[in-house]
Amino acid sequence: MSAVQTFVDLLAGRRDPAALAPIDWDGVIGVARSEAMLATLAHQLAEADVPPAVAALFADQRAAAAVAQRQALWEAEMARRALAPAGIEFVLLKGAAYAAADMACSAGRQIGDLDILVLASDIRRAENDLLKAGWEWVKSDPYDDAYYREHMHELPPLIHKTRDRMIDVHHTILPRTHRITPDALALMSDAVTSGSDYTVLNAADMACHCAAHLLADGDLQGGLRNLWDFHTMTRDFAAADPAYWGELDGRATLHGLQDAVHRAARLSRDLYGATLPTAWDRPDSTDGWFRRRLLARDDWGRVTDPLLEQAFYIRSHWLRMPPAMLAKHLWTKWRKR
Amino acid sequence: MTDRAYRAAPPGTLRIEPLGELTAIFDRRSMQTHLVVSPMPEILDAIGSDACSAATLASRLAATFDLGDGDVQPILAERLSELAAMGLVERA
Amino acid sequence: MRHSIRIAVGPVQFRIGSDWAEPIAALGRLYAGYPQDDARPAEATVRLFAARPWRRWLRASVHIGGDFVVPDALPLPLSMGLLAAEMGMNLQVALGWRRHMLLHASAVAKDGRAVVLSGESGSGKSTLAALLGEGDWRLMGDEFTLIDPEGGDAFAFPRAVSLKNEAIAEVVARVDPARLGPLLAGTPKGDIRHLIPRPGAIAAMHEPARPALLLFPRFGGETAIEPMGEGEAFVRLTEASTNYVALGEAGFAALTRLVRETPAFGISYPDSATGIALVEQLWAGTAP
Repeated sequence: MSAVQTFVDLLAGRRDPAALAPIDWDGVIGVARSEAMLATLAHQLAEADVPPAVAALFADQRAAAAVAQRQALWEAEMARRALAPAGIEFVLLKGAAYAAADMACSAGRQIGDLDILVLASDIRRAENDLLKAGWEWVKSDPYDDAYYREHMHELPPLIHKTRDRMIDVHHTILPRTHRITPDALALMSDAVTSGSDYTVLNAADMACHCAAHLLADGDLQGGLRNLWDFHTMTRDFAAADPAYWGELDGRATLHGLQDAVHRAARLSRDLYGATLPTAWDRPDSTDGWFRRRLLARDDWGRVTDPLLEQAFYIRSHWLRMPPAMLAKHLWTKWRKR
Repeated sequence: MTDRAYRAAPPGTLRIEPLGELTAIFDRRSMQTHLVVSPMPEILDAIGSDACSAATLASRLAATFDLGDGDVQPILAERLSELAAMGLVERA
Repeated sequence: MRHSIRIAVGPVQFRIGSDWAEPIAALGRLYAGYPQDDARPAEATVRLFAARPWRRWLRASVHIGGDFVVPDALPLPLSMGLLAAEMGMNLQVALGWRRHMLLHASAVAKDGRAVVLSGESGSGKSTLAALLGEGDWRLMGDEFTLIDPEGGDAFAFPRAVSLKNEAIAEVVARVDPARLGPLLAGTPKGDIRHLIPRPGAIAAMHEPARPALLLFPRFGGETAIEPMGEGEAFVRLTEASTNYVALGEAGFAALTRLVRETPAFGISYPDSATGIALVEQLWAGTAP
């Protein structure tokens, strides 16, 4: 069995870690690192029967992830200090939100940049207040800069000059040029307060955003991790609220994200063993392509099938912008190389 | 320029270790290490648990230290804003 | 990957995969005396790969990959495959290791106590450590020293020592040729030759040692010893650590304790003999 399949099976609880040979662990650890999920695996197998060297590695990883999570949440705190005096409200997104809300997927999860959502009308003021508080633009060329402002769903990236960490300020969750246009106003007005006093998306919107980020936004890089987020959050939300799947369906329709959300659910079933309500539990012949892309890692952690990777890169850009623009953007990108 | 008031970090959040001429401060909220020299440690000590402005700080420090004859308030206001940029104090 | 080898250095178990046989064979010769444990899973992966399939043969150039990569890094010619492997191993440890605080420092030990020499490439830390290791010191490592955050002990990372330029001749004159790797001439870092640590150092690679002397060497210049305060030593060591920040409070506590408990000096010296004499002199001053 391939290392990536073993890895997925371990997360899903389908495989007994005690049955793995030492050489199997080489591949599993390598794949987990390449998917940025080693600490996640370390949490899932915290009580499991694993070789001593693996147990020690897992303990290191859990400790390091806890430190990294504090650092990431601190960025949220500093953003709050910068934006609160001007009354600019923001919603935490993705990893920082999962951590602030103490969700299952936050255990061991690597958080990269801080992602926040603000009202479109607040974006200029947010930009100014962050610059005043020590963030600065990541150096880029004028073409990328213009592209970002005109077409993307966020400001160009900002990085803090002393802490050296990035913040991405969004005003919608998919680019303006995307074929799908989620309802940003609804996302913000229906946001909720998490345990630690930060505002996060409500349970249904959070899963919609996760699915959008996984399928409609990107080229499936980091797909196994995003899918794990989707799987655990829908599982836990549904356990707490029997009406959840219906609410999720409703919000997905509102945002035009039904296809993405349903596909994410089916992929969670196929890879992580999720239990879906009957209406969601259909087969779909196009899922196979996505499954193959998610599992396209060899035992040395390399992405396999580069043609498939290229197809996804083009597909993700096709989703984001009208074809005429796509040709121009890719050509300029290629020229710079 | 209004004299802003600042609040200290909650008790237990900062780990302060003197190292000769430097003071190393570990902030348990941010996981950051700050290396500071006087008067920063003295300022952090004098802020106390309530909101504290540069004026208040000046009078507290004057009780223990010889601050000289000049107007220390603008200097302390600058130091406070630097501490705020480091995250060690927060605007009240 | 077509060719691969597993190597344990100190607490780290590597697996190294390669599109070519030569670097693996060279590693096999250098690390032949190191303990082999096939039952131990690898926690660090290095890959030496060709960017395009035909680059395995046509102007073969070796890209360095693994758990961690440096984007846009330039590849090396196949003749320097061994250097690529070494760089790959360093990279995985520097970026991925979390069990100990990692210092860019060499270290040698005697009677359970260690001298730690912290410095950049060119500071002379590797050469001094290698020469001391040929005397009556145990070589713990020439590039990285590991500090246990909980107990404060130093742990060894005794990889094959990377001798550069003038240091090669100095060491070659003193050791059995069987302990030397091939000459890699004209690399981006100059001429390089690897020295296999003595069997005693390899056998003792899991033994800790208590840091007793902290030195910041500077090769070239007048002979000088300058005591260094705790504050300055702390700052310089944070700069010399690749994972200090990632360790959080455990790292802070470990480094604070290290600089408070270990006398520190900057030393400069015009040649190795003088450097060694300075180390011995300062060591005598730390007698327990």
